[in-house]
Amino acid sequence: MAMSNDSPSVAVAADPGSTRSFGGVAARSRATLNEPRISCRNLDFFYGDNQALKGITLDFPDRQVTGMIGPSGCGKSTLLRVLNRMYSLYPGQRATGEVILDGENILSDKVDLNFLRSRVGMVFQKPTPFPMTIYENISFGVKLHEKLGKREMDERVEWSLRRAAIWDEAKDRLHTNAMGLSGGQQQRLCIARTIAVKPEVILFDEPTSALDPISTLKIEELIDELKRDFTIVIVTHNMQQAARCADQVAFFFLGELIEVSPAAELFTRPKHPKTQEYITGRFS
Amino acid sequence: MQQAASAAATMGGPLGSHGGRARTARRSSNLGDRIFEGIVTAAGLLVLGLLGGIIVLLFIGGWPAFREFGFGFLWSAEWDSVREQFGAVISVYGTIVTSILAIVFAVPVAFGIAYYLTEIAPEVIRRPVGIAIELLAAVPSIIYGMWGLFVLAPFLAQYVQPPIQDWTMDIPILNELFGGPAFGIGIFTAALILAIMILPFIAATMRDVFMQVPAIYKESAYGLGATRWEVVRNVVFPYTRASVVGGIMLGLGRALGETMAVTFVIGNANAISPSLFATGNTIASVIALEFPEALQGSLKLSSLLALGFILFVISFIVLATSRYMLRPRLGN
Repeated sequence: MAMSNDSPSVAVAADPGSTRSFGGVAARSRATLNEPRISCRNLDFFYGDNQALKGITLDFPDRQVTGMIGPSGCGKSTLLRVLNRMYSLYPGQRATGEVILDGENILSDKVDLNFLRSRVGMVFQKPTPFPMTIYENISFGVKLHEKLGKREMDERVEWSLRRAAIWDEAKDRLHTNAMGLSGGQQQRLCIARTIAVKPEVILFDEPTSALDPISTLKIEELIDELKRDFTIVIVTHNMQQAARCADQVAFFFLGELIEVSPAAELFTRPKHPKTQEYITGRFS
Repeated sequence: MQQAASAAATMGGPLGSHGGRARTARRSSNLGDRIFEGIVTAAGLLVLGLLGGIIVLLFIGGWPAFREFGFGFLWSAEWDSVREQFGAVISVYGTIVTSILAIVFAVPVAFGIAYYLTEIAPEVIRRPVGIAIELLAAVPSIIYGMWGLFVLAPFLAQYVQPPIQDWTMDIPILNELFGGPAFGIGIFTAALILAIMILPFIAATMRDVFMQVPAIYKESAYGLGATRWEVVRNVVFPYTRASVVGGIMLGLGRALGETMAVTFVIGNANAISPSLFATGNTIASVIALEFPEALQGSLKLSSLLALGFILFVISFIVLATSRYMLRPRLGN
């Protein structure tokens, strides 16, 4: 598996307008990790009697990308769903331990879940545009938390669509149904919808698993661009994607965090034999 | 669908396992197969024949009344056996008002049940409550009628209707709507009984369509910080709107034709009153009460059959609309 081959292809496709371009894996290996924005401490998670996460202690550096990899059922998606308390929707799912966001334990019963989710946004495996217009898809989330006038809302919609690199494709059809967009456009719309709420953290749950390679590339470029302002956590099945996007990569196996390192380090000099086996494709 | 699938499996099983050479000789004579095919085809066509036959016979039976009174039959309030003057408007009015009122009472409760069962109830409660709803649909309507007459009507007359009348006494329109003597029986009570009777159908349909909304869409809205109600209003409803309306129409169709329970509690008066507490009748209750007294070949019998035809047409339209709304949709 030749990781270094991946970075040129990303760099070629990079948006010329964005000066902060795609240094790729080589550049990132030098990067140091920022202060944590979210910290998990001894996090256990249970589906009923099934323990899905075991004693996870992991920091998510501020305004950088943390990739989470591992075989199916290893707990990486579960951890993602802890970070915005999505699991709380379902009876029988519970987490113990601590997850600190801005000095506050978000696992506490006192946390306002709606407010938490406005601070920790999420993008899903499949594009999930709501059955309304493009404009309404964006304003929907904003209206839940802020009262904006028409002008301000227009500005917010444009801002978020621009940030999600879909403004040019959407600006002439803002008031048409969002279902008419292509899959890749829909996913960028969902990203725009998420950032419109101005979260601090964005969780990506295999955001490109339903997309074609070109759309995937666009999303990856977008993630690299978004980390200027947002702390990003991405779950992916695709190790090249983790290598391309992430500053820090965490490898999970059977509910345990096996190893967490800066991206290039984890893929070139894995510390744990299990990581080595996984990234060389000996199991999946 | 599950039944169809398992039937296909059991039929496919033996054929698949014995499809060898030994069978070929016997297969050439497929007389039995043809007889079977003929029988099931006849059974299938019988349904169409019955439906067509009923509507044709009702129309033929009601024809003398339609001929005698013309379209005036539809809006005449006359129902006089002595002078042989008949009109449908009072019973049509009673039918429509009780049914719509029943929908108004039943839909919010059905929504609550469906939403609770799909989103909030823990797994252990879901099944028992789900089964209880289906059993509610199995209670014979005569039981509801007796319960309505002996329990619900006196209760309403004593504890519910007087306070409502006290509150609304000085409010214009409302004092008309709830005016008149509080008998307990009447349009309002009939609607309440109907609401209970159609509740299971609406709740079960709503539950089924709510369950079809993919979790990922709901989570997308929750993920933006939406509350439960915001998710229902903006995601669940838009996705299920047509099916929910279809379920409501299904309940409406049942309410329109319900006879026994309504006949018990509606009071059977041939009058239209602005008050919901007043007595009245419905097409079904008029037919049930007057049919035994109608003489062979009389205009009254014909008028009753004509009423039946009108009810059939209304129900047919409502149920056909419901089927259309609930049709399986491709995509999504």
